[in-house]
Amino acid sequence: MGKFNKGKKRAMAAISTASLPDIVFMLLFFFMMTTVMQTEEEMVKVVRPEVSEVYKIEKKHLIRYINIGQPQDARYGTEPVIQLNDQFSEAAAIRDWVDVERQTLAEAEQTKMWVSLKVDKDTKMGVVTDVKQELRKASALKVLYSANSRERTGS
Amino acid sequence: MARRELQEINAGSMADIAFLLLVFWLVTTTIESDEGVKRQLPPPVPEDLEQQEVKEGDVYNVRTNFRDELLVEKKVLRIDELKAGAKDFLIATGDGILNPVRDNVILDDGNMMYPERVWVRKTELRILEQSYLGAGQVKRAGNVRQKIRAIELFGGDYLELPGSALISLQTDRNTSYDLYLQVQNELEAAVNELRDELASAKFNMTYAEMVERYERSKEASLLDRILAVRLVYPQRISEAEPRDAGATYY
Repeated sequence: MGKFNKGKKRAMAAISTASLPDIVFMLLFFFMMTTVMQTEEEMVKVVRPEVSEVYKIEKKHLIRYINIGQPQDARYGTEPVIQLNDQFSEAAAIRDWVDVERQTLAEAEQTKMWVSLKVDKDTKMGVVTDVKQELRKASALKVLYSANSRERTGS
Repeated sequence: MARRELQEINAGSMADIAFLLLVFWLVTTTIESDEGVKRQLPPPVPEDLEQQEVKEGDVYNVRTNFRDELLVEKKVLRIDELKAGAKDFLIATGDGILNPVRDNVILDDGNMMYPERVWVRKTELRILEQSYLGAGQVKRAGNVRQKIRAIELFGGDYLELPGSALISLQTDRNTSYDLYLQVQNELEAAVNELRDELASAKFNMTYAEMVERYERSKEASLLDRILAVRLVYPQRISEAEPRDAGATYY
């Protein structure tokens, strides 16, 4: 007959944690793959203004950035400068820059390019106006004034 | 020597190491968010463009100067008064929440001027649509149909802002960017608040919620409602062409 050794106490088998590292590594890789590293460093100091009516661009790959502000490196002075990709530029260079950046997008998406202006809040409008005029000439008309969100005032 | 069984390496701490890496990654990567004020720039103006006549009352003039002060319709305003001012401009002659036409609005008191909203009536629109269709102007007929749809959704005629009514923004080159963006923001907030108000009253949903839901679901009925609200409160913010640098200083 079958024996049932009920009485005998058995130690609880420890749950193997050997697969735990695998799981965590999987998570790790997932994060590594999905996070987009910031490809360009900011060479200007930008403190973004705060606004209540924010629009969030879902398709990040359509965005190209123009940074405007004081140079991080004091050796370049304190006047606001325009940073395109990784270098300081003149406003006049924007038209060529737009053409080049547009080529990096798929043909069907070239008209959907966004230009995000990351401008320091203490910058005077003169530089920004120049940039905007150049963008218009380059027919890059979709613009986002980059800002942090806040609550609406009053109402 | 006695043969020893191969000792298994304890992998228990492996998880800890991996966790450490994971946490490091989580903390150091900043999820790059890009949000801000969205604007469509106007295409470049051809040199020989003729100046269009605009009724003075139809334009809400906002000017900023080098001391970050605001001049709105010939009056100095603080930035936190701008939103209320812009809202007032848009609904002074009616269509707060659908049609409360205010009494005693003086269209021009020598200081502040208001655009005069005009009735769009369904019966008139029907005739207009037919005449456009008869003339083969399909696009215009479509626009008219959109208005008819709006009236059906609101359950009544509405007052329409004249086509030339707009908010004009003129910025000095020495205005700070912060003020410029706050002005843009307040003007947009004025329109958005009116839209929210109307949408909540008629469709039980704020305008912002409708737009958000439409972006996810692409429901045609929702789009109709969004467009209807936009017809009553169009967002027309125009920026003046920058003047010559010399002229803008003082």
